[in-house]
Amino acid sequence: MTARRWITRAGFYALVVIIIVQAIFPFYYAILTSLEDGQALFEVNYLPAALDFSNYASMLTSGVFGRQILNSVFVAAIVVVISLFLAVTASYALSRIRFRGRGLLLLTILSVSMFPQIAVLAGLFEVIRTLGLFNSLWSLVFSYMIFTLPFTVWVLTTFMRNLPIEIEEAAIMDGAPPFTIIRRVFLPIMWPAMVTTGLLAFIHAWNEFLFALTFLSTDTQRTVPVAIALISGRSEFEVPWGNIMAASVVVTLPLVILVLIFQRRIVSGLTAGAVKG
Amino acid sequence: MASVELKSICKSFGSVEVLRDVNLSLEKGEFVVFVGPSGCGKSTLLRLVAGLEDITAGDLYIDGARMNDVLPSKRGISMVFQSYALYPHMNVFENMAFGLEQARLNQAEIKARVAEAAEILQITPLMERKPRQLSGGQRQRVAIGRAITRKPRVFLFDEPLSNLDAALRVDTRLEIAALHKRLSDTTMIYVTHDQVEAMTLADRIVVLNAGQVEQVGRPMDLYAEPASAFVAGFIGSPRMNFVTGATAEKHGAHTLGIRPEHITISRDAGEWSGSIVHIEQLGSDTYVHVKTEEAGIVNARAIGANAFRAGDAVFLTLQSESVHLFNADGLPVGPART
Repeated sequence: MTARRWITRAGFYALVVIIIVQAIFPFYYAILTSLEDGQALFEVNYLPAALDFSNYASMLTSGVFGRQILNSVFVAAIVVVISLFLAVTASYALSRIRFRGRGLLLLTILSVSMFPQIAVLAGLFEVIRTLGLFNSLWSLVFSYMIFTLPFTVWVLTTFMRNLPIEIEEAAIMDGAPPFTIIRRVFLPIMWPAMVTTGLLAFIHAWNEFLFALTFLSTDTQRTVPVAIALISGRSEFEVPWGNIMAASVVVTLPLVILVLIFQRRIVSGLTAGAVKG
Repeated sequence: MASVELKSICKSFGSVEVLRDVNLSLEKGEFVVFVGPSGCGKSTLLRLVAGLEDITAGDLYIDGARMNDVLPSKRGISMVFQSYALYPHMNVFENMAFGLEQARLNQAEIKARVAEAAEILQITPLMERKPRQLSGGQRQRVAIGRAITRKPRVFLFDEPLSNLDAALRVDTRLEIAALHKRLSDTTMIYVTHDQVEAMTLADRIVVLNAGQVEQVGRPMDLYAEPASAFVAGFIGSPRMNFVTGATAEKHGAHTLGIRPEHITISRDAGEWSGSIVHIEQLGSDTYVHVKTEEAGIVNARAIGANAFRAGDAVFLTLQSESVHLFNADGLPVGPART
């Protein structure tokens, strides 16, 4: 009996180790590679052989990578702000006001988020051209909203539905005007849900590749995922792995930090409504 | 001048009519309980007074001023909600101060009023806590405290005890009664489906049924002289026994009503005879369910514990001055005395 229990336990931890290695190892190897230079790159090793930050230095000082990071930050931040603003107002209407076609509208919003990106690409390209947004960062802000809005609206609508309407009525009885109700009552309560959805929207906008590749044409406008893919060496036969890995680590770190900071909020946001508080 | 006056109030949601021609006049300082089964419109009526729902037709006056189109916060009312509806992100002090801040009172005045309300409700030590750190009873006090701080002319309670456990419910009921004594100028309207709360708290009870007022009166008047079979069945616990058919016709009525406490049970002789099918021992009383030939199953009260057993043959005698007779429409027949 105890032997069997021991085996079960060993099996459990073996599985945990496999999952952790599978999740962490690629990132760890990227860090490792980014710290090596020249020929050392091509020797397989699992512990850092040297601490050489020259890849980072060259990445950040030469060329427009710094500018491209700012582009990404700009696009992702604006997408988050606009998505949350629209989603909060929309979810209020969708959860509190009864109107004909509300269910249909919600389903439509949901189905939009299921379109494969490539299916809307050609049409969207025409729209962007017509609006004169080609090679502008606003083209990305516009197109990312197609994917971030459905889930922010859905998550916040579900969350808002689970807020007792009596809290709102209590605020009305207390004499709070609508804007005060939103600012002093709703927003503080919805904060965890907004952090969760905002962060997911941020990650989506930060990582998006296809639209960024299609709608932007010059180096100074590009966002980081595309920029990294287009990093080239001195000749067409050389792939500058060191630089690519350094860039990858630089753009991944902000996400890791954000997720760690908001970790507890995310969990409470995702489970909010599932369990009555 | 009446404190709250409702004149021909009607309320419809779309094509569904929930309240029909409600007329009521509440005196200043009176404690009035709206009672009725679920769906009778009692909560809707309260929300109309609060201003959380629009009045479809009719007029609402508070202290003589027409209130139909006045904002809830300007009506001089406070409301305690069934789920308490405390702001979960604010501590107790902030919860109680929120309404006063909205009314633009100065900080000193806010502090003084909150402190006074907290004193009355004995929640002063809880000021820094968030609602989730409070027990159900404490949340209830904070909700009442929040309503007190606004010094309302009319105090509204929407089933405030239904989320509390039985023991706490009794305590809180007594506290609400004490609060009413203390705030003797404040008119209170209290909604419940529990007739015990209605009987114990009310100066006057308004019984609602299917969107209409069945009867308005003092608790004991409703108990002694119900204006309809519905009121008779709703007020009093356990429920009044209703008998139809030949037995009722013998008394000259369609329906005969008799409360369990107005039946004498005996082993020797009586008006109705039958056998005991079930016994409920409460210690102070025993409720005996008797299957009779004349009247079907009848619930009768015997005082204290006693030796009755299921299956025993017994006789029941009605206290004739307490027999209620109703016609086919549920309205009382003649003098309800046989």
